[in-house]
Order: sequence, then structure tokens, then C-alpha cells
Amino acid sequence: MSEGPATASGPTAPAIEGIKLSRAFGGVQALAGASFSARRGEVHALVGENGAGKSTLIKILGGRLRADAGEVRLAGGTVELDSPDAAHRHGVWTVFQELTLLPWMTVAENLLIRREPRGAFRLIDRARMAKEADAVLAGLGIHNIDPRGLVEDLSLAQQQIVEIVRVIVQDPDILLLDEPTSSLGENEVEWLFGLIRDLSSRNKCIIFTSHRWKEITDVADRITIFRNGGELGTFTEIDENRAVTLMTGQQVDALYPERPALEAARPLLEARALNGPGVSGVSLTLRRGEILGVGGLAGHGHRELFFSLFGAAPTTGGEILVNESKVRISNPHDAIGLGIALVPEDRKTEGLILPMSVGTNLTLAILPQLSALGVIRGGHEGRAALNMVGKLKIRTPGLRNPVHQLSGGNQQKVLLARWLLADSHIVLLYDVTRGVDVATKHEIYELMTSLAREGRAVLFYSSDAEELAHLSHRVLVMREGRIAAELAAPGITAEDIVSAAVREATSIVG
Amino acid sequence: MSAEAAIERRRTRRLTHFLAQNVGLVLALAMLVMAVVLYGAAYWIEQTALPGMFELTSTVNNTMALVLCGMGQAFVVVTRGLDLSVGGVMDLANALAAVHIKDSVGSMVGWSLAILAIGALLGLVNGLLVAVGRLQPILVTLATLSIYQGLAIRVLPQPGGSIPPVYSSVLVNPNWPTALVYVLVVALIWYAFRRSSLGVSIFALGNDEQAARANGIDTVRAQIAAFTLSGLMSAAAGLFLAATATAGDATTGNGFTLSSIVAVVLGGMNLFGGRGSGVGVIAGAFVTTMIVNILFFSNIDPLYQSFYEGLFLVIAVVLGALISRLMRRRSR
Ligand SMILES: Nc1ncnc2c1ncn2[C@@H]1O[C@H](COP(=O)(O)OP(=O)(O)OP(=O)(O)O)[C@@H](O)[C@H]1O
Ligand SMILES: [Mg+2]
Repeated sequence: MSEGPATASGPTAPAIEGIKLSRAFGGVQALAGASFSARRGEVHALVGENGAGKSTLIKILGGRLRADAGEVRLAGGTVELDSPDAAHRHGVWTVFQELTLLPWMTVAENLLIRREPRGAFRLIDRARMAKEADAVLAGLGIHNIDPRGLVEDLSLAQQQIVEIVRVIVQDPDILLLDEPTSSLGENEVEWLFGLIRDLSSRNKCIIFTSHRWKEITDVADRITIFRNGGELGTFTEIDENRAVTLMTGQQVDALYPERPALEAARPLLEARALNGPGVSGVSLTLRRGEILGVGGLAGHGHRELFFSLFGAAPTTGGEILVNESKVRISNPHDAIGLGIALVPEDRKTEGLILPMSVGTNLTLAILPQLSALGVIRGGHEGRAALNMVGKLKIRTPGLRNPVHQLSGGNQQKVLLARWLLADSHIVLLYDVTRGVDVATKHEIYELMTSLAREGRAVLFYSSDAEELAHLSHRVLVMREGRIAAELAAPGITAEDIVSAAVREATSIVG
Repeated sequence: MSAEAAIERRRTRRLTHFLAQNVGLVLALAMLVMAVVLYGAAYWIEQTALPGMFELTSTVNNTMALVLCGMGQAFVVVTRGLDLSVGGVMDLANALAAVHIKDSVGSMVGWSLAILAIGALLGLVNGLLVAVGRLQPILVTLATLSIYQGLAIRVLPQPGGSIPPVYSSVLVNPNWPTALVYVLVVALIWYAFRRSSLGVSIFALGNDEQAARANGIDTVRAQIAAFTLSGLMSAAAGLFLAATATAGDATTGNGFTLSSIVAVVLGGMNLFGGRGSGVGVIAGAFVTTMIVNILFFSNIDPLYQSFYEGLFLVIAVVLGALISRLMRRRSR
């Protein structure tokens, strides 16, 4: 390791620095001479719109990606971080935005990968591995995750927690967290912030990204704002409006739009005493023009409820009514036929076909309408897709680029746009603002209210209680698979939702 | 909840976990039991006696080659690939053995090791082309299959050559099922593989290449290693084949490319990689042999044999998929 000649080194130097970093992907300049630095003992938030280059920076600092130009310095000395291993050797550990767990391996195997305890003949001692994993999880206050279970069977929140745990146990000097909270509920976020505060009190450096302003003000000491692949400045004190203006380059006045007026309309979707794995006796009525929120801690049956309404999860009892007549929804095809759309949380495995183009992914649900005699009419596909790209401000070099080249938040927008194109009457939104920047959140909120105004019905789950409180006509709070409380606007507050959710509830951490 | 109840609950959870995570293996073993019972019944009807030591010995001896190359195939299938050159490597190993192995200990040991090394080398070539050349495994190994077959014909243009009787009787004893020891060795190889760094790398690659790389795993090396192991195991299978036949034939290995895949599938391995057990593959290899045996005793016209073999395979695969789906759902 060589010491940079003109830079300060030793205790006064920043713990980690990126200097004039650039990185292009094909024609897209993800980072354009961006500089960034963070100190020991601080929690440093990195904020910016979807596609601003946050993940690209983190990947370069974490050794996942090489920069085209620029350098990385640790404690003042230039380093060559050409692999995650190289970063690890310098005490730099990363939780990447797209999870890197191995789905068909157990939690224990994932937690201890490449550090497995060895027994006779240097073979991996699986029993000891499970025990060590047990101890690690229990030591960090995590219950409800069985180290012997497969990662594939965990919820997204649980997977995120495993991913965090395996980095935390390395006792990193510099910890990079790329949107670690996007799939976590309130309790889990508190748990993570506890860990972060502990690390910073031990003089470690923590860098994280988030699209939730409240989290940033809760835990960050300094904030660096990114736009278009460059940094706009680092702040210790900045209010949300100013930050949003800097991030987006425009004024976003009110984040949450007015709730549309609700008339005494007919029910569009009803569930009566719905039962299934994870769901017990759920009844709900969703009316035309209504936005019905569903809240509660992660893992309390929301996902199962949404998926069974869409025919993607089995039900064992109860009935579903659409337009006041009983229907059978045994698979997503039935649901789509009845005008139901679902935007799921896990874009990587449940929604997008990553290697296929943005255009194809957008129009997948409306292919029947677009095709004549089974042949897709390219022109129509393009026009419809282009329209949506503009409306949701999806940042893509073109419709022909594969979806996996987009930033995380832009992938989420593609998924949402697909179902908006499909013209469904009943829209189920499952945590759709996960990983989406403020400006786009605003767009999505606008879209939701305009859907309701058009007389469609929106059922939406969100891990963000603020969002539920501001947008919903009513909020159903789920606990252990049941509806535990119903709150009605006006006067719903995020605190009400959280307190209804945590009453006697069990969570993953605690 | 009392402490005992908690322990009991944890124990049953462990059992359901094990079953759910090893559906393929459990099904393969169940299929093996069923095949043995069916075989016994067919044998009884035909001979009014139960199969004995002779049948066991010949079954094991006849299956060994498939066990070995099936295991080789398994290493590649775990990475989400396929090795079509298995048969070609076996041909070449077989031909080399028939031409070169002479009646001295030195020659027997020396040439066996040399042939195994050549097999590994051929596998290495596949691995390099796939991992470094970034080519499709099926394309690469389809091409090398022909090349290796061609080399085998050059080495031994006509069936012939000879294998020293001592050599044959060490590998395949006609009187005693000593080859069961080799089956055990293969199972142990898998056991150790699964608990080695190499095993972790190869399985991780099959789970998700990107994620594996993010975990600091050298996926290129893992892929090369998987193909190399496959070549090595196929060469060992070729040696066994030579020993059973006591002479060489540069085409006997040809059918094994497909049967190795059949053994892997019957063994409950997932062709999409990352999941499965080599022990299941051993069971799968035996099931494959047993099906042939059962058909033989059921007096089925040999012309239709492959038809029925195929039928068995389809039924086994469909049933297996249904049962594993059910079990996984219950374990959630
Ligand atoms: N592998 C890739 N191939 C092509 N383009 C890419 C690739 N990775 C990132 N990009 C592009 O680089 C730009 C920056 O992406 P990056 O992931 O850094 O954004 P981000 O700030 O993390 O956004 P988000 O908040 O949505 O996660 C985006 O326009 C994205 O489309
Ligand atoms: Mg990102």
C-alpha cells in the first residue's frame, strides 16, 4: 500500500475516500468524477434519485466494480480494491442493494460461507456450523430465523437481516449499506440502527443509502447528496425540502397528494373469512375509488393475503367476490382476467425478466392486446411503453436495453408501469415504493390517487407507516395473519398504525 | 411450553427441514427400494427363487461404470451445466486401457493413473472452454464428445486389445460383490466434496453465479474444477468398463452420456443447478440398471426396451416433481 504523497494520513485523514471516480456502462455515465469521503466514528448517508450513482459508488468502494478513472483511499493511502476480498482485507464490508445470498443453501451456510468451522480431515463440520450460526443470530437478538432453513424460504426482510448479520459479524472498520432498510419493518429498522450506533460509538465508519428521509435524519451525522453521477455537497444540517430540491433539481411542494373524495360506491373486491397459510379469517371490502391501506410488521401475513387475492398463493377457506359476485381465483391468469393486478415487492424473482428488454418487460401484461394473430406489433408496443417511461420518469438508455442494467429504483418503476399499462380495475400494490426516490414516490402517489379518481380500487401494503397514514381512506393493520385493527381517515397517524401493529406482536428481531 | 416439548419441536423441525431440503435424495432412495422389490418379484415369478449373491455381484459390477460417470456428471450438473463428453472420455479411457495395460503391476498401476490423468485433462479442456472461453457447456461438450470419440477410434480402430485377468478381477470380481467397496468410496468422495471448499464453491456457482462472485468465490475456477472432476470420474468409469469386458472397444462408452444424465435425474438432482445429492445419483444409477433387469425378467421384447425405459423415466420424473412440490409446500 502506498501513501498518497500530498494527502494527510494517520488519524486526521478520512477513513475512506473516493476521488474523482468515473464509471460508464455502455453509453450511460453512472459516475462522472464523483468525490466522496467519510470519517471514522460517523454515520454518513448517501442520498439521491434513482440512478444517481449511489450503488455504483458503493460497489466501487466495496471492491465489486472497477472505476474507469479516479482512486479510492483508505486512511489517506491509495488502495487497489479489485475484489470484495481485497476490500475485506482492508476491513471494508458491504451489504449490496441486490442481495447476494445463495437461495438453496441454508442460513448457516450463507452466514459462514468461506469461514466454515472445520472438523476431522479439514472437512466442514455442519453440526458446529449450525450451532455457531445459532449463537450469532441469538447474540444479535434475532429470533424466528432458523439457521437450518433454506434462504429461499425466508421472507425478503429476513433475507435482508441475514445479509446484514453476516457482514456485522466481521466487525467491519468501514461498513457500506446500500438501501438496507428498504424491505425492513419499523422494528427491524430500529434493530439495525442500534447496531449502527454501536459501531459508530466504537469509532467505525458507516455509510448507508436510503430513500426514507426520516431514517436519514434519525441516524446520519452527515449527508452527501448525489445527482447525475456527481456529488452536490455534504451537509451536517439540511432540511428535507432543500435536500429534495438538490436531489431532483426541482421543487416538490407536497409529497402526499390530497386524498380523492370517497363516495358511497359499490364494493369492487371483497374477501370473506379468507384462510390460507399465514392468513386467518381475513375479511375486507374494497370499494370503487377507494385506497385501502394494509399495514403491520413484516411477516404478519400481508404478503400471503396479497398473493392469495392474486391467485399466486393457496387459500384453504373463505371466498372472494369481484363486483359482488363470487369468483374463483386459482392462479394469476384468473386474477388478470378479472381485472386484478399485483405489483410485488421482490422485483428480482417475482416480477421482472431481468435479461429481457425494458420494452418487453413493460408490455408483458398487455401482449394479447398488442398482438395481431399472435404476432406482436412492434410499433404499438413501443408507443405504449415509451409513454410510461415518460410518465414515471424511468431512467433508461432505451427500450431495448435489458432491465438488469437499470438502477434498483428504476427497475421497480418498470414493474409498476407494466401493471398501469394493463388497465386493471383492482390494483394490488405490495410495497411498491420500496427503494424508490422521493420524486418518484411523489409520482407514484399521484398515480395512486388518480387511479382512485378514475374509479379504480387500490389495495396497498407498505412498510412505511407514514405513507399509509397519508394516502389511505382506511388502514387495516394485520397481526399474526388477522386484521387486528381498522383505522379510518381523517386522523390516521403513523404512530397509531405502528402501535396497533406491535401490540403483543412477535417480530424477527427483539 | 416445557423444555422437553421445545426440544421435541426442534427435533421434528430438523427432520422436516432435512426431508424438505433433500427431497430428491429421499425420493431416489425410495425409488431404489421399489425397484429392488419389483426386481425380486419379477425374478421370483420367472425363477421361483429369490435373487442371491450372483445377482447382487453382477448388478453391482454392471452398475459401477454408471455410478462413476453419473457422479462425474453430477459435479457439472450442480454448476448448472451438462457434460455431453462423458461417453467420449469413457471410450478413450477404455481404448487406452485395452491397448496399453500389460500384465505387470507397474504397467497396471502406471497406466491406470495415466489414464485417469488423461481423463482429468480432457475434462480440464472442457472446463477451460466453458469457463474462460465463456461458451455454452452443451455446445462445448457436444464438440469435444466427437473429438474424444475420434481419438478413441485412432487408439483402437477395431475392438480388441486385452485386459490382464488380474486387473479385471481386482476391479470387478465375478464371484463377490467387492465392487460395493468402490460404491462406498464414491459415496465418501461425495461426502467429502460436499464438506470441502471446492464443494461450497461449486454449489454456490450453481445457486447464483453473481451472488457467488459477490461472496468472493472464484466461479471460473469452480467451473473448471467441476468439468475436470467429471473427466476424471468418466475415465475411471472407462477403466471399469474395460475391466468388465476384459477387452477394449472404442465405442462402448457412447451410450453413457445419456445414461449418466438419466442417473442424475433419477437421483433427484436439479438440472438447474445448485441442488441435489451425489448419494441420490448413486441410487439413480442402480435404479437405471434395475429397470433394465426388471424388463429382462418381464420378457419384454428387447426391441421395445428403450420405449419402456423412457416410460419409466418420465413417470419417475413427473412423480418426483409432484411429491417434492408437495413436501416443500408443507415444510414452509
Ligand atoms: N451493470 C449496468 N449496466 C448498465 N447500466 C448500469 C449498470 N449498473 C448501473 N447502471 C446505470 O448506471 C446509473 C446509476 O445506477 P446506480 O445503480 O448507481 O443508481 P442508484 O443511485 O443506486 O439508484 P437507486 O436509488 O435506484 O438504487 C443508472 O442509470 C443505471 O441504469
Ligand atoms: Mg442503488
